[in-house]
Amino acid sequence: MEVSLSAPERSIRRIPPAFAVILIIAALAVAWEFIKLSFNLDKRTLPHLWEIAEAFAQPSRRNGPPLISVLAEAALYTLRGALLGFFIGAVLGFVLGTVFAHFPLLERSLVPYVVASQTVPILAIAPMVVIWLRGSWWSVPVIAAYLTFFPVTINTLRGMRSPDPRAVELMQSYAASTWQTLWKLRFPAALPAIFTALKIAATASVVGAIIAELPSGIQQGLGGAILNFNQYYITGPERLWAAIFMAALVGILLFVAVSLIERIVLRNIVRAA
Amino acid sequence: MPPVVFLKNVNKIFGPAERPTTIALRDINLEIEPREFISLIGPSGCGKSTLLRAIGDLIEVSSGEVMVNDKPARQARVNREYGMVFQAPVLFEWRTVLRNVELPLEVMGVPKAERTRRGREMLRLVELQNFERHYPWQLSGGMQQRVAIARALAFRPGLLLMDEPFGALDEITRERMNAELLRIWHETQTTVVFVTHSIPEAVFLSTRVVVMSARPGRISDLITIDLPYPRNVETREHPRFFELVTTVREALRKGEEMRE
Repeated sequence: MEVSLSAPERSIRRIPPAFAVILIIAALAVAWEFIKLSFNLDKRTLPHLWEIAEAFAQPSRRNGPPLISVLAEAALYTLRGALLGFFIGAVLGFVLGTVFAHFPLLERSLVPYVVASQTVPILAIAPMVVIWLRGSWWSVPVIAAYLTFFPVTINTLRGMRSPDPRAVELMQSYAASTWQTLWKLRFPAALPAIFTALKIAATASVVGAIIAELPSGIQQGLGGAILNFNQYYITGPERLWAAIFMAALVGILLFVAVSLIERIVLRNIVRAA
Repeated sequence: MPPVVFLKNVNKIFGPAERPTTIALRDINLEIEPREFISLIGPSGCGKSTLLRAIGDLIEVSSGEVMVNDKPARQARVNREYGMVFQAPVLFEWRTVLRNVELPLEVMGVPKAERTRRGREMLRLVELQNFERHYPWQLSGGMQQRVAIARALAFRPGLLLMDEPFGALDEITRERMNAELLRIWHETQTTVVFVTHSIPEAVFLSTRVVVMSARPGRISDLITIDLPYPRNVETREHPRFFELVTTVREALRKGEEMRE
């Protein structure tokens, strides 16, 4: 069966996605400079974009390597912690969500605590985790996982409950085991919701990793870089901005990676809605 | 030969025993013989879907006996002795048409090659052999429902339970599906229990029509359909067809008057 697109849809489709991305970035850059110009903001409030770009190329300290390679190294370091935390959080969230979906009693008694865990400010928790883990590097993935397990838990729970009740009856009519119903029905049905959560978790894990680096006194990551450039903000604001851009880039990269996997896994699913 | 379905004094009450909210089924007695095509017809809320689900052991009855192939309904379900078709196709959207048909075989642990062979055979039966690699969303509503029928028959159950399977289809597609279903019924030699609220559909398809009335849900009449086979387009224009449609309609009206 051929699916024909309406005329306006086709004209949107004609713009290559890569070109659209460049277009949006260009528009944002123009907006940045326009705001700077119209409010007459000084360098400290908002540096020029090209000043930030220049900062990437210059050494961050005398005779040192250019800032970009320092930041790239820091980004890789942070990415490692974030990725590990993302995986731990995703697995923990998936297991919790699956258990809650099957045991309503556990759901009712434990989900409020899961929700409560997320209302505690991460900034208050982070130093404690660092002390509990005796300042080891593991506090980074643990705190990243703390931020990522929540959306995965909630969306797994919701997704596992999403199948049509008749689909559940159908499996029952085959005398399917709970395990078979889980893997053949509930899990595939939950995948779209799980991927939505993983995309949120991807960016949250980077934030978690950076925040965890601060009280741990870890210098090698983006957290250390941000803390460091914060102290020199008055003399060189563009370096902190550069670090922020790098942090955003890491988050975006993880997000895009999850989106790509989602597209491959869900390529055959077209929802009516 | 024992009856395929044997119902004795079946009652289903929703709500707590001391404060029942609805009497869904009251004193249902019915025997369905092998190779019969039984339609359950009645106004909405008469418990026809509840009765079907009780036969399939998808709900528990409050009292009475539900036997399928001479054993309790639970045992028959665990033995996979019936196939189920709902009003919506309930196809798994992430599976191709063929893999949807293979689903029950997969649950039963049938080896891959055998699954595919039987899946293809079933798709030929419903004349969708050229669509095995399609996904459900690429098919029309009628085609999707045919896939659901193929899936229900994939493990060759002796009993087919159908809950208003063509209720969501337009009149023309529905009549075509009716003819199709009769052909499949002949070819597979299954016993069918079919829930509908369409009088002509019930008359066209059935060997017997079970007329039910609502609140409480009970059987108010049993009408034997003596239309000759093969049934086709002409059957619908046969004077006897109209007579039987009138008989069922009057039985339904009488059932309504019996309401407490």
